[in-house]
Amino acid sequence: MSERVREKLNILADAAKYDVSCSSSGSNRKNNNKGLGDTGGGICHTYTEDGRCVSLLKILLTNFCIYDCAYCVTRKSNDIKRAAFTVQEVVDLTMNFYRRNYIEGLFLSSGIFKNADYTMERLVQVAKKLRTEHKFNGYIHLKSIPGASDELMHEAGLYADRLSINIEIPTESGLKLLAPEKNRKDMIAPMNYLKEEIIAKKEEKRLFKKAPMFAPAGQSTQMIIGAGKETDRDIMYTADKFYRGFQLKRVYYSGYVPISNDSRLPGLGSSVPMVRENRLYQTDWLMRFYGFNVRELLNDANPHLDLEIDPKLGWALRNLNCFPIDINKADLHLILRVPGIGMQSAHKIISARKFHKLSWEHLKKIGVALNRAKYFIICNSNEMERRDLTETKIRQFILAGSESKYLKNSIQQLSLF
Amino acid sequence: MVTLLYDKTWQGLLTAIFDIYDRKFSLASIDYTERFQPDVFAKHVEVITDDIKASRVMAGLQRKASAEAVKNIYAAFLSELPGIENTILAYARLILSSNQSIEHAYGHSAVLKVSQVARMVHREKHRMEAFIRFKLTSDNLFYAAIEPDFNVIPLILTHFRRRYADQRWLIYDLKRKYGIYYNLLTVEEITIDFNQNAGEATTNVFHEDEDLYQTLWKDYFKSVNIGARKNTRLHLRHVPKRYWKHLTEKLL
Ligand code: SF4
Repeated sequence: MSERVREKLNILADAAKYDVSCSSSGSNRKNNNKGLGDTGGGICHTYTEDGRCVSLLKILLTNFCIYDCAYCVTRKSNDIKRAAFTVQEVVDLTMNFYRRNYIEGLFLSSGIFKNADYTMERLVQVAKKLRTEHKFNGYIHLKSIPGASDELMHEAGLYADRLSINIEIPTESGLKLLAPEKNRKDMIAPMNYLKEEIIAKKEEKRLFKKAPMFAPAGQSTQMIIGAGKETDRDIMYTADKFYRGFQLKRVYYSGYVPISNDSRLPGLGSSVPMVRENRLYQTDWLMRFYGFNVRELLNDANPHLDLEIDPKLGWALRNLNCFPIDINKADLHLILRVPGIGMQSAHKIISARKFHKLSWEHLKKIGVALNRAKYFIICNSNEMERRDLTETKIRQFILAGSESKYLKNSIQQLSLF
Repeated sequence: MVTLLYDKTWQGLLTAIFDIYDRKFSLASIDYTERFQPDVFAKHVEVITDDIKASRVMAGLQRKASAEAVKNIYAAFLSELPGIENTILAYARLILSSNQSIEHAYGHSAVLKVSQVARMVHREKHRMEAFIRFKLTSDNLFYAAIEPDFNVIPLILTHFRRRYADQRWLIYDLKRKYGIYYNLLTVEEITIDFNQNAGEATTNVFHEDEDLYQTLWKDYFKSVNIGARKNTRLHLRHVPKRYWKHLTEKLL
């Protein structure tokens, strides 16, 4: 059996790698039944040669698919080798990899064969077998199949830690162009169902400790970046809608890796938009943790993020009238808006300034990137930026002072997240 | 100046600290027996490890310092860095003599050092939790050899006991020549005489499936790579070369 399994694994891992989500945290399953495994920390057991964390066995159950989405290697019309695992093979691989401390768990996705429910049923069977027959308490992420029934989604939620449906194409018009057989409604229906269930089950769990867990690590989705013609505004407005409407835990952005010469898509050999991808993640961060409204960062006047500078700096330059901010007096939410001050530094500033007024020296020690921050703040010092600088000038100064760093950043960017 | 010689155990170190207080040595340093270079001019005394003395020092530290600080002292001890005993002694003295919390008083070199070393040790702990690779032997034991920078076995024990509760496993530190073995009920410390077993060890030590799963894992590691995104520098920062020796996916 071994050669056959090897071949299947090569095919089905290769086809799954374009899904960038690899998080194994956010769940807290304990090994109380003297079974195998637990979840919690989300350990990266190794890293790919491009520096991405490997914590899950990420595979497709099969790469047979009845659909023909242009951006996907698995599409029906693509001339590639096809394979399908049996339920038992996936279970064995997961158990054996987990027992050797290779992985935190399984991320199982699939091409759609026959129909949505038929496929979803098999994904659920894998999870069910692992949990009930093998007492497996490691992490399970199941991809939900668009159009799957509520009953199957319910079962999936009982066994999986996280469920996801990938939106893939940020706009409906893009989807129509690149995946004409698919529709947004089929993707949204299971998401909606899960959202309601997760809320209800959480409530239940609060009242009865013994109530079963239901997708404790929540839902996530992924969008492909740069396959269609969407603007950054389109992408982030969609992300914002999903965060709010469906209480998603994470939205992932995956730079399109060219896989075909379809004229609707960037051709083979065009580069992966990695800097853009990074700017989108930064924007996502600013929305979720720094108190920015997506409309402040992207709007009709600014439909695209600036690739040269980070989105917070971009916003600050467009809103110079909000600055300078007095580091020794301003509220946390204002300090968080200063370019060059991250979450940690902002909190350190708040606690340190209780003891003494902060000067440039203090800020530097705290870890503030003064080369950017200095144009936007005042602190306890006589040396201030007094020149009345314009947006363009500040931008020039900052870029000139950190040119090499920005280049480096574009290579290192993935380490940020 | 008097040098106290202890047996390199945690209890021994705590006993040494007890003795220093008990015998009112104001100028003392701590070293361990194997490393100590006798010096005709210096006085040295042997510490006899004593659990009661040790637990009294522990209780004293716990009363005056946070659990976090005590955990850091222990982690620093596990670093086995030359001279760390004296840093710990200085830190303990600060804690025991002060009426307020000094844990964040990084102006004191001992406080700073202990927190820095503890951070290094904890990083190594996390690395081992990630990088340990078990191999299944023919008698159904999951075996992993490690050579960590610091003595982190005591810190990773709980994680592995909880996670791998339904399989027998053995984690062995080749550098420090001891390991921990879980027999499905408890974890015990063991040492192995590898030479003695060498004769039979050459054939069929590993389970018949072991090769297959190692191969599958290596294949998997290769196929998750996206060539278009290669970034070797970042890769090396996450997985420094010295760990490769025991990483299945890094062996050819
Ligand atoms: S349905 Fe999914 S697997 Fe099938 S072609 Fe579309 S994106 Fe690929």
